[in-house]
Amino acid sequence: MTILAEAQHFVRPPDWTWYILFYFFFAGLSGGSYTIATLFRLRGERSDEPAARLGYYAAFAALLPCPVMLILDLGRPLRFWHMMWNTTPDAAGFNFVYWSPMSVGVWALLLYGVFATVSFAEALVRDGKIRLPLAQGAVRLLDGTLGKLVIAAGAVVGLFIAGYTGVLLAVSNQPVWSDTWALGGLFLASGMSGSAALLMLLTRYRPEAQASAGMLAVSERLYALLELALIVVFVLTLIPAGTLGLTFGFPWILLWLVALAGLAPGIAGLLTSRLAVTGEGTTVAVHATSAATTLAVPALVLVGVLALRAAVIFSIQ
Amino acid sequence: MAQSSQITPGRAYGFFTDTSVCIGCKACEVACKQWNELPGNDPVFGDGFDNTGSLDAQNWRHVEFIDNVPDETMGTGQGKAWLMMSDVCKHCQHASCMEVCPTGAIIRTEFDSVYIQQDVCNGCRNCISACPYNVIGQDEHKGVAQKCTLCYDRLQGGMEPACSKACPTDSIQFGPVDELQQMARQRVADLQEQGVTQARLYGDDASVYGGLNAFFLLMDEPEKYNLPNAANAVLPSRNNVGGYLGVLATAVLGVLGGLIALRRRREPAAETPSETRPETEAGEE
Ligand code: SF4
Ligand code: SF4
Repeated sequence: MTILAEAQHFVRPPDWTWYILFYFFFAGLSGGSYTIATLFRLRGERSDEPAARLGYYAAFAALLPCPVMLILDLGRPLRFWHMMWNTTPDAAGFNFVYWSPMSVGVWALLLYGVFATVSFAEALVRDGKIRLPLAQGAVRLLDGTLGKLVIAAGAVVGLFIAGYTGVLLAVSNQPVWSDTWALGGLFLASGMSGSAALLMLLTRYRPEAQASAGMLAVSERLYALLELALIVVFVLTLIPAGTLGLTFGFPWILLWLVALAGLAPGIAGLLTSRLAVTGEGTTVAVHATSAATTLAVPALVLVGVLALRAAVIFSIQ
Repeated sequence: MAQSSQITPGRAYGFFTDTSVCIGCKACEVACKQWNELPGNDPVFGDGFDNTGSLDAQNWRHVEFIDNVPDETMGTGQGKAWLMMSDVCKHCQHASCMEVCPTGAIIRTEFDSVYIQQDVCNGCRNCISACPYNVIGQDEHKGVAQKCTLCYDRLQGGMEPACSKACPTDSIQFGPVDELQQMARQRVADLQEQGVTQARLYGDDASVYGGLNAFFLLMDEPEKYNLPNAANAVLPSRNNVGGYLGVLATAVLGVLGGLIALRRRREPAAETPSETRPETEAGEE
C-alpha cells in the first residue's frame, strides 16, 4: 500500500465526464462572447456594432446547450429543479447555498440566461430580423444608459459563468482540483481567448463585422498571455501539493500540449506584432488575409480550450 | 451496544470501531447488506481477502485488509501481518458531503447522523467529489447518491444498527457518542498500559472534521488506513475565497486587456463606414 507523502486524497472521483466537459466549454464561450460583445459596445465605435451583435448571437447560441448538458449529467434529470427548490418535507423553500459553487452557479446561470436572451433579442431587433413594433419599442428602452447598465451587468454575470466552473472543481476534496485556487481564473482566461477566436471565426460569415476582426485578433493574444500566466500559477500551486504528476502525466500531457498549441498563435502574435494588427503595425483588411489565419488559427484555439478542460477534468478521474 | 439501551431522538449516536479486535469476518458487511437490501458483490478471480474493494453505493460497511507485513523478519509477527478495519461513513460533525450538496438532500437527523434523503437527491454527485473518506457512491439504477444511513429506520424503531449487532468481537460498538468516547479512551489507555503503544484513537475529538460520530481505534497511523490525518482533514469550502478571488483578478485583467485590444486604431483601412450603428449611439462621443 503506497502512502502519499504530501496532500492526502482518499476520495472517489465524481464521474463528471463528457456532459460536464462540454458544459464547461460552452459556458466559457458564452460568458466570454457576451463580455467581448459588451466591451465592443461600451468601448468600440459605431463600426464595431456588427461585431458586438455577433458576440451576443454567439453568447446566446453557446448558452443553449449548457442547461441541457447539466440536466443530462444528473442521475435523476427530472429532478433538476431540486437544485433550486428544497423538497425536504420540513425545510421546503429555495435552495441557495452560497458556499457551494454548484448551488450559486445554478442561480447565476438562470440570471445569465435572462441577460443573454435580452441581448440576443435586442441584437435581432437592431439587425432588423424582428420587426414587431412592440419589440422595437422595448429595444428603444435600451437606448442610452439603461442599455449600457444592462449589458454591463450581463457581462459581470457572464464572466462569473465562464469562471465559476473552475471554483466548482476546487471546492471539493479531489486531488489537483482542490490543491489550487487557479482553476477558476484559468477557465475564465481560456474562455475569453476561445471567445475571441470564435468571434474571429464568425466574422468570416458576417462581412460587416470584419472591420473588428483585427481587434479580436489582438485581444486573443492578450487572453492567450493571461491564460499562459494562469497555467504557470496552476503548476506552481500543484508543486507543494505533490499532485503535479497526476495531471501532467501520460497520456494527459498530450491534452496539455494541445492546449498549449492553442495558445501558440496568440503568444507568437504578441511576440512578432505586439498589439499591432500586422507585423508592420498597419491594419490590413482581414478578408484579404488567408483562410489559414481566419479559419485554422481560431479553430486551433478552440480545440485548445476544449483540451485544457479535458485535461483538468479527465486526468484525475 | 453501550450502556444506555434506550435510543432517544435528540441525542448523538454513532459507532466506536475498535480495529484492534477486528478479525475480518465481514459479519458487519453481510448484516448491512441484508437489512438494507443491498446486492452482493460478484466474486472476482484474483481478489485477495478484500473482495469488497471500497465503500460505495452498495457497500456501506467495508472491512479493509491492509497488508502490514514487516519487510524484515523480526522474531514473532506479533499479529502485525494485517491491519483490519471495518470502515463506514464517519457521520462527520463538519461533513464535507453536506457542505457542497446543492439540493439540501443531505440532512442531519434527530440522531445526529448524516443522512441522504433518497427522494430529494438528484444525483449531481457533488457530495462524491467532496467526501474525503471515499464513502458515497451513485446507485446505477436509482441514479441517486447512497451511503450508510446509521440504520436510520432501525434507530427510529429503537433498534441498534445491523452491523454493530452482528459484530461477534464487539469491534463495532453502537451507542451515544459521549459514552462511546469515554469507553474508547479507557480502552486506548488499557492498551497503552499493556505495551500496545501503536494504539490510538481517530476522530474521537474535534481534531478531524469537528469530531466523527463514527470514530475508530487504530493500530497504526491514519494514513495507513486511507484516512486523512488531522492536518489534511480539510473542508471543500476552504477553496471558495481563493477560487473566486482568482476569477475576480482574471476578470479584471480580462476586461482591461479587452479595453486595450478593442481600442479603435486610427488607421485608414480600419475606417470602415457602417450603416448598422444603432440610432442610440448617434449622439455619443
Ligand atoms: S464520511 Fe463522507 S459521507 Fe460520511 S458524513 Fe463524512 S463526508 Fe459525509
Ligand atoms: S448527489 Fe445527491 S446527495 Fe450528493 S450532492 Fe448531489 S443532490 Fe446532494
